[in-house]
Amino acid sequence: MTIEARRSATDASRPASERYARLARPALGLLLPVVAALAWELIVRSGYASGRLVPPPSVIFNTFVELARAGELQRHVLVTTERVAAGFAIGVVAGTLAGAIAGYSSLTRRLFDPTLQALRAIPSIAWVPLFVLWFGIFEGSKITLIAVGVFFPVYLGVMGAIRNVDRKLVEVGRVFRLSDAGMVRRILLPAVLPDYVISLRSGLGLGWMFVVAAELLGASEGLGYLLIDGQQLGKPAQIVAAIVAFAILGKTTDWIIAAGFAPFLRWQDAFAPANEA
Amino acid sequence: MLALKHIGKTYPNGTRALDGISIDVEPGEIVAVVGGSGCGKSTLLRAISGLDRPTQGAVVLDDDMITEPHEKIGIIFQEPRLLPWLSVADNVGFGLADRPRSERQQRVAAALDRVGLTEKARVWPRELSGGQAQRVAIARALVARPEVLLLDEPFSALDAFTRVDLQDHLLDLWADQKPTLIHVTHDVDEAIVLGDRVLVMRPRPGRVAEQIAIDLPRPRDRQSAAFDFAKRRVLAALDRSLDRAISVDDRETKSDSGAAMWW
Repeated sequence: MTIEARRSATDASRPASERYARLARPALGLLLPVVAALAWELIVRSGYASGRLVPPPSVIFNTFVELARAGELQRHVLVTTERVAAGFAIGVVAGTLAGAIAGYSSLTRRLFDPTLQALRAIPSIAWVPLFVLWFGIFEGSKITLIAVGVFFPVYLGVMGAIRNVDRKLVEVGRVFRLSDAGMVRRILLPAVLPDYVISLRSGLGLGWMFVVAAELLGASEGLGYLLIDGQQLGKPAQIVAAIVAFAILGKTTDWIIAAGFAPFLRWQDAFAPANEA
Repeated sequence: MLALKHIGKTYPNGTRALDGISIDVEPGEIVAVVGGSGCGKSTLLRAISGLDRPTQGAVVLDDDMITEPHEKIGIIFQEPRLLPWLSVADNVGFGLADRPRSERQQRVAAALDRVGLTEKARVWPRELSGGQAQRVAIARALVARPEVLLLDEPFSALDAFTRVDLQDHLLDLWADQKPTLIHVTHDVDEAIVLGDRVLVMRPRPGRVAEQIAIDLPRPRDRQSAAFDFAKRRVLAALDRSLDRAISVDDRETKSDSGAAMWW
């Protein structure tokens, strides 16, 4: 209670300085990369370094714009995004179902969880040769690899979240005589949602990681192909441009998930500023 | 009428938590249950609520055997147990989901008004103080208009001032619909402020040791001599329930010093 009171006291005395701090915090984080980029640009321009292997920001930007103007960038981004979307969808559906069943029934968990945990211990890239044999060298093997990467964090997240649902709140549902469906919809789903969103986000992160692995190992299009192409033709600016595209895509899709679920998680909000402080 | 018929509860590991408890509770009666820790007070309440089943005997409300949670029986726990993802108003209306929207809104508004939290209707439970949260839990239980309301040490986590406040508030709310209350507590003052009857339980296995009728008019003055007398009777019964040897002439002093120790 005292902590609560103290927090609301600081809330009340949150004047302009606090608002300034909220803007200044991200700006502070940008300071290092921006200064480093500017410094490198200056060093290359003034001839102290050639910038052939480590291209300066302006060259990367030009490469990015050229690729975009030629429509190359869009084509590769689209292909890669489609692969991630397909693999993510399959991984999420499978991970959610398996996690829900394993979280709900301890018999199923004892039966399947040890095997799944053992499979999880295998570095996923090790599956690639087998997937290529099974699903061919085109989309099948790539999407499967991504789906496997997405599956495990979602599976673990859902299973853990269901097992951690507060028994006391389940009892409230029983007191009000909720049906099984009502219990799932009104108690279990909302209780599980915060952890589920976190597992979706980490699954998506792994999805982007694995699409690179899949495309590096043999693709004729996609951002991963741009990476390999840049390496083979000695175009470091193209490699960095592709990396930047990955960063933008990863951050954007992560933001979409976070923002999409935010309205349902507003009840949690208050914890965020306390954690950051 | 609520009738407990030879209730016994034996856990699978052989522990006997309750044995042969038989009580009849009149509609509108307030029964306070006190007893040392581990004497099965909560187990008894959970059996009445239908959350757990007794291994012997039966709980009968009117003509229904209670084997699972029943619409006429509400329960308030030691913690408020509000659903953190629902606003205060939605928490209060949780048990009314099958009612038409207008009726639900009207009953929730009335219940919130009754516990004095109308202005908190749209806030999240985490923004409430402990006392406010427990008042919301009371509103949530009462809005379903139960015939029997069970309370499992509902005020024990609150500070003394808030506790006294909520005891009076509970009596005030009880007067609206006069449900049967079964109130488990380890606070003897609370038992006497609320109860028409105080049930003293003894442990291992949990049984009813004594029943003490409290015939004081309400509202009860916590400072009065009659209140003090009732309190001494309950404390003495508690001492006896724990098989403490007390001779008649020094019972008073023993009981007073034991007052802080019995639980």
